[in-house]
Amino acid sequence: MSELNDLYQEVILDHNKNPRNFREIESATNTADGNNPLCGDALRVYVEMEDDKVKDVAFKGSGCAISKASASMMTQAVKGKSKEDAEILFNEFHKMVTGELDAEADENSLGKLKIFAGVLEFPARVKCASLSWHTLHAALNEEETVSTE
Amino acid sequence: MSSFDVNKIREDFPVLSQTVNGKPLVYLDNGASSQVPNLVIERGSKYLAEEHSNIHRGVHYLSQNATTAYEAAREKVKRFINAKEAKECIFVRGCTEGCNLVAYSFGRKFINEGDEIILSQMEHHANIIPWQVVAEEKGAKIRVIPMNERGELILEEYENMLNERTKIVAITHVSNSLGTINPVKEMIATAHKFGVPVFIDGAQAIPHFPVDVQDLDADFYTFSGHKMFAPTGSGVLYGKKEWLDKLPPYQTGGGMIRTVTFEKTTYAPIPEKFEAGTPAIAANIGLGAAIDYLNSIDFEAAAAYEHELLEYATEKLSAIEGVRIIGTAKEKASVLSFTIENVHPHDIGTILDQQGIAVRAGHHCAQPVMQFFDVPATARASFAFYNTKEEVDKLVEAVQKVIEVFA
Repeated sequence: MSELNDLYQEVILDHNKNPRNFREIESATNTADGNNPLCGDALRVYVEMEDDKVKDVAFKGSGCAISKASASMMTQAVKGKSKEDAEILFNEFHKMVTGELDAEADENSLGKLKIFAGVLEFPARVKCASLSWHTLHAALNEEETVSTE
Repeated sequence: MSSFDVNKIREDFPVLSQTVNGKPLVYLDNGASSQVPNLVIERGSKYLAEEHSNIHRGVHYLSQNATTAYEAAREKVKRFINAKEAKECIFVRGCTEGCNLVAYSFGRKFINEGDEIILSQMEHHANIIPWQVVAEEKGAKIRVIPMNERGELILEEYENMLNERTKIVAITHVSNSLGTINPVKEMIATAHKFGVPVFIDGAQAIPHFPVDVQDLDADFYTFSGHKMFAPTGSGVLYGKKEWLDKLPPYQTGGGMIRTVTFEKTTYAPIPEKFEAGTPAIAANIGLGAAIDYLNSIDFEAAAAYEHELLEYATEKLSAIEGVRIIGTAKEKASVLSFTIENVHPHDIGTILDQQGIAVRAGHHCAQPVMQFFDVPATARASFAFYNTKEEVDKLVEAVQKVIEVFA
């Protein structure tokens, strides 16, 4: 199970079990729906922007442990950030899980999110990890739906 | 277990002897695509090495050999499903094409505004969407046979649905997501009382038990080769001659004509009328070889053995706390869909894969079934006669591991 430990680390299992910011935001200024038609993962990301800052961010929906943990940790990572900084994180995260960025060697601001570098070894699961980020990106850019296919 | 010698059978399937993630492969995704025996591989190689050329066209040696081999495969299909004539067996690239062919061709000619098409709650998307497209174009209505909590169709409701507006019934023989074997013979007889033809999606039936289209009295019956130990790209649409003669072509082009001028084209008789363009020659010759293989192994004994495996797996998995079996029909083929409490099926799939076990995780192209059982997806183990009791034990052990990881 050594390979599995790279994917299902304690932190990920914890966020899956107790997802943070797993709620709706009534006063959301931006929302978007994300779907992964292949596995049926579906989530909605709520963002409340104030003066170009992510004042609050949350999500609801159903998905696998990887997608739920990723969404949960995403909300923690971008809360309080400017739109620009949130987009930088989105780009870095996307590059990390597709192998374009080495989270250990290359300069980045991923911090705790580096834990998702492990999905690289599981090509079928990359979309699970990136769904919430694509959905956030869509919400920030006022697109309504996104599909990772 | 029966006297069926599974170890000998396994030697026929080279793919089964490999290791995955350091563990012996346990292939339980036969419902998605089954493995291919040496006989089929060798027949395909022989064609590619010695016989390859286009069929029904050349007067030369190779073309004649290829044509002979291709038509011999059709003859094998005819005997395998007991069609009255070989020309009632149209080669298609799989079940999806079979569904589309009948929906578009039958729909274009026989379905009009206000007509009704009967499907069932447990259809694969391939037997839903083509009919939806036709219904939308023609202003016809789709009616859906409901099912009960075990995943069995409610036949009384079906009978009540049939009326003078019903133009066709299109249902699956075996549900790909639940394993339910539908009583299609009885359902066909009911439809025929109303003069309504029936189209059967046999994708999940044909690899699991002998099918006799005349005994069923099916008007149309389609199946894929790659789920019955043949290569992808092979498949069959069976249709009664009187229906196929009446239907317009689905695709047009080379090989399906009698004469062509810019003013008018006349079509070739069946089966060519429905086989425009160069088909998957090697794949369909491979399908013929897969039938030879099934004839060589006592298919009925294999089916009985496989059913014992399903029962064994069902018993073992149901005994695990937190596991829910989706689809508990009385009559089932070797499909075992399940969920684990608080664990998403995709996580089950990944953890099983790390143990070398291949299952399918997802909605199985049957989202209405998932909606009915209120689950986003399921994990599905689907068996073939080359699977073993030991492999079921490994599955059970791995499922317990999943529960441990997520505890």
